[in-house]
Amino acid sequence: MTQHPGKSPRVGLFATCLMNVFRPGIGFAAAKLLEDAGCSVEVPDAQTCCGQPGYNSGDFDSARALARQVIELFEPFDYVVGPSGSCMATIRHDYPALFEGDPNWSARAQRLAAKSFELMSFLHDELGVTRVDAGTPLKRKATYHDSCSGLRGLGIKGQPRALLASVEGLELVEMQDAEVCCGFGGTFCVKYPEISEKMVDDKVANILASGADTVLGGDLGCLMNIAGRLRRINAPVRVFHTAEVLAGLADEAGIAGRTEGAA
Amino acid sequence: MSTARERILRDLHIALKRGPLAAEQRTALDAERPAHIRPAFDEDLIARFVRKFESRSGTVARVATLAEVPEAVEQYRTAKGLPPRAAIGAALAGLAWPQEWAIHHGAAAIDETLALSRAETGVAETGSLMLCSGPESPTTHNFVPDDHVVVLEAAKVVRHFEDAWVVLRQRPGGIPRATNFVSGPSRTADVEQTIQLGAHGPRRVHVILVGG
Amino acid sequence: MEIRSKEFKERAVFAIHDASLQQALGKARGGFVGKRAQQAAELPEFEALREEAKNRKNAILGHLDHWLERYEAAVTAAGGQVHWARDAAEAREIILGICKRVGARTVTKGKSMVSEEIGLNEALIEHGMEVVETDLGEYIIQLAHEPPSHIIAPAVHKTKDQVSDLFVAAHGGPRKTEVADLVNEARQVLRDKYFRSDVGITGGNYLVAETGSSVIVTNEGNGDLTQTLAKVHIVTSGIERVVPTLDDVTLFLRLLARSATGQETETYTTFSTGPRRAGDPDGPEEYHVVLVDNGRSKMLGGRFREMLRCIRCGACMNHCPVYGSVGGHAYGWVYPGPMGSVLTPLIKGLDNAYDLPNACTLNGRCASVCPVKIPLPDLLRELRHLQHRQELSPAIQRHALTAWRFVATRPKLYRAGEWIAVRLLKALARNGSLRKFPFAEGWTAARDLPAPAGKSFIEQWKSRRGQS
Repeated sequence: MTQHPGKSPRVGLFATCLMNVFRPGIGFAAAKLLEDAGCSVEVPDAQTCCGQPGYNSGDFDSARALARQVIELFEPFDYVVGPSGSCMATIRHDYPALFEGDPNWSARAQRLAAKSFELMSFLHDELGVTRVDAGTPLKRKATYHDSCSGLRGLGIKGQPRALLASVEGLELVEMQDAEVCCGFGGTFCVKYPEISEKMVDDKVANILASGADTVLGGDLGCLMNIAGRLRRINAPVRVFHTAEVLAGLADEAGIAGRTEGAA
Repeated sequence: MSTARERILRDLHIALKRGPLAAEQRTALDAERPAHIRPAFDEDLIARFVRKFESRSGTVARVATLAEVPEAVEQYRTAKGLPPRAAIGAALAGLAWPQEWAIHHGAAAIDETLALSRAETGVAETGSLMLCSGPESPTTHNFVPDDHVVVLEAAKVVRHFEDAWVVLRQRPGGIPRATNFVSGPSRTADVEQTIQLGAHGPRRVHVILVGG
Repeated sequence: MEIRSKEFKERAVFAIHDASLQQALGKARGGFVGKRAQQAAELPEFEALREEAKNRKNAILGHLDHWLERYEAAVTAAGGQVHWARDAAEAREIILGICKRVGARTVTKGKSMVSEEIGLNEALIEHGMEVVETDLGEYIIQLAHEPPSHIIAPAVHKTKDQVSDLFVAAHGGPRKTEVADLVNEARQVLRDKYFRSDVGITGGNYLVAETGSSVIVTNEGNGDLTQTLAKVHIVTSGIERVVPTLDDVTLFLRLLARSATGQETETYTTFSTGPRRAGDPDGPEEYHVVLVDNGRSKMLGGRFREMLRCIRCGACMNHCPVYGSVGGHAYGWVYPGPMGSVLTPLIKGLDNAYDLPNACTLNGRCASVCPVKIPLPDLLRELRHLQHRQELSPAIQRHALTAWRFVATRPKLYRAGEWIAVRLLKALARNGSLRKFPFAEGWTAARDLPAPAGKSFIEQWKSRRGQS
């Protein structure tokens, strides 16, 4: 890793497209957590998308076009950190694969991949953060959904749970099948809505059976899917990104939650 | 006109981006015998064999010598209420079977109730019997009757499957027509994942462990 | 078997609303997953075995031609015959030829996915033969005139009640309701078939070059009765199933039962080597092996070679949330679930199974349990890539991707679009979410769409922190 003794590491915050549009609070929470951990955070405003929608739709050329843009934009930073296992797994794993054998881009893709991290793993594994100051104690019983890309692509499992354990008042309960896909799957949920609905229903049933009043996770796509379904069936469970809770920013309405009136 | 065999081999060569292997390469490949990871365990071989075999609903009785086998089988037969007849592998023909039994050494018939076999070896790793087909041990004995009693000499129990292969390779006549590993009674879970014994093969497999 | 993968979407929706199917799938899911996890946990060497199996199989595939020739020589030496079939039609012809030559009237079958792949049953029946599936699951679905819905548990989609009904219709009453009685009834019926079978057909889990043996693995013992009691034994197997030595078989066996049914070993593992020998009181008089290519040599040459490592354990489908939601029949051909979604387009054509590689969230659970570490999600994505390049994907999707790329590679335009989107969505929202949105009906049919805050993150960051 690039280390700058005596100087705070310069982190380029990867503002995932869903977060940027639907839940800016996650971005601010991420920035707060990184700054609390001693990083200097910048948000390059020419960033758009990591390219995953193209990659997973089989449009590798478009994915490469987006990837080149991300590489150029984030190369100057010591680290690239994003509050999403999905986008960061794309940068870490898929960019090197997309440019394999490309004399101009392969090395650059690999270098960027090596310094790109999902937020929780960066805080916990790279910076050694074990405790956060989440401000006023929460009285919440939460369950954590392991998003697939983070879990299987980046090995994110213990880090968010360890950090959440330091949040005063937060009780973490495990739901059944926490590691099973929620049915989001990017464009999958709109291409195969009935299957996606069945899967999110299974997920929601496990959430409700856990007795939790709050669902946490590390990928906004999954969280929007789960929250949208919970809201549709009027289940009184609130949904937050882990970063929001860790940064003490989970006092507002949850994802897809009511902004006025009853919770 | 090329045969399907030639066409497939040619397609494989195309896929592998090379022609047929040279004789030296073939010899080198044949000489390669990579050993693979074996599950490590400290447990006594016999204890493990018995524990594993019983964990799958097999039963085990122990006797000191081969001469005691007929009596042990007779006990089993009466306990299960089976008629006094049996298909007995010729490998066990020399034992003193009860006079009143109707015995034969041929293939099992459709109404066969009890068969007796002598195991070539037992594998402690999984608690599996290895039975080798031949004039001494018809394969139908292992599958047709409701009750299958297998005589296993404790001294023949080996640790891993790899050790059983050594036994098999050293056998006069080499690998038999049928090498059956039997790890318990026949079972199925095809109706609602409910485990049911005696699907098609024996409902009960009883090992008589000799010595050890 | 006729391919119906083009109907995937309709069949999936139908399956989701089939209460009996959902009941059956629910029962199966927990069992397979839990038992496999327990077996993996109980064997400290399990992960190392997966890696070794992957590497060994790769090495074997690199010399597949050699091992097939060695295997053939060993079978011949043991008195058996090897037949080579390039495709399903050739394989059917070979088997039909043998059956006709020996005047077969009754053909018993152990479970063989390759025989499903080549559509064997239909061909034999068409030629007047009685074909009897003997694996209990296969027998059940044969009575129901259905294809298997799972590669190791073919009748996993059937409830006990449905089995009871099928048995009454086939065997006459009285109707049995206990599993034990149902199993016993099938046992009695099938016993008779084994004993008067002319030809017994089984699959081959492994073909051993060292000895010329074919290997089957069963719990029921049906495969053994099939191949021992028939006059002729025919093994159908894919060309990729050959392994050099008995030790290699062991490597894969240590993974197979644990991954498939969550057992340490299945009840019966049988090595068959040639026909009945001099002095043998039983066993088939003839022993044939039909080696089926059917697209496999082509897979070997390209980026899908890794699929040839597959040992047909079914762990991928047991752990697939899509399979768990729709069951195996939705996939429309022989192989369902993740492995089927790779194999079906490769064997039957990309255009005949467009949905299969796409109906996947790429969640990776399949690959995480695959005993030979096949990167199934990567292969599925690769198939999507081929579909995209061949313009098999819907035009609207390709246009959307083009538009997305156009905008996303122009940050200023992207920011402008985003500026409008966040405001529009916020204006349409009620109480923090949208119940309907014109371009996202797929989403809003089942869920609300969370409302944006009204300004994007980047917009807010710039106003709070200044330009970076």
